[in-house]
Amino acid sequence: MPTSIEITPEIMREIIMDHVANPRHKKRSDDPSALTTHSSSVNCIDDIDVYLTFDEQDKVKDACWDGVSCSITTASSDILCDLLIGKDKEEALSIIDEYMKMIREEPYDASKLQEALAFANTSKQAARIHCATIAFDAFKQLLEEHHHE
Amino acid sequence: MIDPYKIREDFPMFVNKVSMQGHQLCWLDNASTTFKPYSVLKAVESYYTFHTSNSHRGDYDLCYDMDMKVMEVRKKIAAFINADPTEIVFTSGTTNSINLVAFGYGAKFLTKDDEILITQAEHASNVLPWFKVSEMTGCKIGYIPLDKQGRLTAESLQKVINPRVKLICIAHITNVLGYVAPLKEIAQIAHEHGALVVVDGAQSVPHIKTDVKDLDIDFLSFSGHKMLGPTGIGVLYGKFDLLSKTDPFMTGGGMNAKFDMCGDVNYLQPPLRFEAGTQNLEGIVGLGAAIDYLNSIGLENVNEHEMMLKKYCVEKLQETGAVTIYNADSPAGIVAFNVNDVFAQDAATYFNSKGIAVRSGQHCAKILIDFLHTVATVRASFYLYTTKEDIDRLVEAVKTCKEGYLNAYFN
Repeated sequence: MPTSIEITPEIMREIIMDHVANPRHKKRSDDPSALTTHSSSVNCIDDIDVYLTFDEQDKVKDACWDGVSCSITTASSDILCDLLIGKDKEEALSIIDEYMKMIREEPYDASKLQEALAFANTSKQAARIHCATIAFDAFKQLLEEHHHE
Repeated sequence: MIDPYKIREDFPMFVNKVSMQGHQLCWLDNASTTFKPYSVLKAVESYYTFHTSNSHRGDYDLCYDMDMKVMEVRKKIAAFINADPTEIVFTSGTTNSINLVAFGYGAKFLTKDDEILITQAEHASNVLPWFKVSEMTGCKIGYIPLDKQGRLTAESLQKVINPRVKLICIAHITNVLGYVAPLKEIAQIAHEHGALVVVDGAQSVPHIKTDVKDLDIDFLSFSGHKMLGPTGIGVLYGKFDLLSKTDPFMTGGGMNAKFDMCGDVNYLQPPLRFEAGTQNLEGIVGLGAAIDYLNSIGLENVNEHEMMLKKYCVEKLQETGAVTIYNADSPAGIVAFNVNDVFAQDAATYFNSKGIAVRSGQHCAKILIDFLHTVATVRASFYLYTTKEDIDRLVEAVKTCKEGYLNAYFN
């Protein structure tokens, strides 16, 4: 169910360019307890590793990523890390779920996606859908692997 | 002199005015695959509408006619590269051909004391099969050093050749930069040292005259779809005495003379030994028509046209001041470049939004990092139907790429 949040192409562009120029979470995790996985594709150049750690309350303590990436992969991975930090497993998975609905052009809850709304037009460049979802698939896998202690 | 506009009349992808992102298609990815002329489609269709039958399988006229057709195409291909028809094996493409040599010859004859030489400019299809042979036999993989431009030279081979080297596996024209290997000299050096030369011809056979006898190379692999033919058909050329020593990669019907329940099998002579199972007959007749088409134009004319386009493209791109070109001097219709400050994949997406098809990729990470100092490039590649207008469209898109590349998602 789309909400009334207004996001113009200019704002979308600014959000993406901001994260491309200054990615906040582009780093390898040095936490030995971090869950990690690698994600790449035969269809594009993108080749990234993602890292996820949890705090004592079982909320995401840190999420980060690193690798070779185009602008869409860079910005979408970085924005997802912003969204995941501080969330519990269920909230985190539901953000990913709503985002994937948006990418597939199905009805979705825009209120959960914040800056990730910048990727609402990705389907215009079908060959880049993978770039906008590569980190989402990888973090989803890690979240599903994580079980409460 | 080729008139590409006249040639386009023979290609349905142009006649049908195929569009991409609302623009007339600008096809600059010919190193990846090529369009097919009507004559190729007609040949493929005629197999199903007039000539359907299996080859080597019947006692009736249709089957005999099919056998004759397959033989006719084998002869055409042989003449195209100056080989004997008995040295032409049908495969599914270059990858299949190289794997046939790797498993049928490499894995059979090499030992842990032997060495295979490749280069850092090879396509994955000419690297991974040899890694597999190394894994199976324990042989070593060595690299022939490339010069500063990323070229393979006879001198650099001289530096690393040694008596342990049994196979030298290299592309005639490399897929990223388009440099031409001096095969004749390389084959001479190889043979003096008891090594064989296994050539990846995927990017060369469609574009320049290849004479296997004059070059004296031992194996040559190429694909039909990169030379106006159908997908799923390719060729392995091998000197007959070497093919005779090579094991079949696949066994089955159509390649054995006889066998019994004790496990004694007599395989047919090459090339049939390597063609187990029903062959890609539509592909074979389609490839025959593609070779007829190329012969009617003349490969020397194709090459002259591509060289003219290469020069034009390099000049026009350089005039923009917005690009880095990595192979301005290579003698092939391939331009590898980057738009400054734009990641290759973002540039390719922007070009897509303008209807322009190019390839972005790492192609081969190692050579890019060592020689080009970049992790990825954009590759534009030409063929006989490419026009200066296509290049003008690419150049115009390059001019606005840095400022506008995200527009691909918003306009």
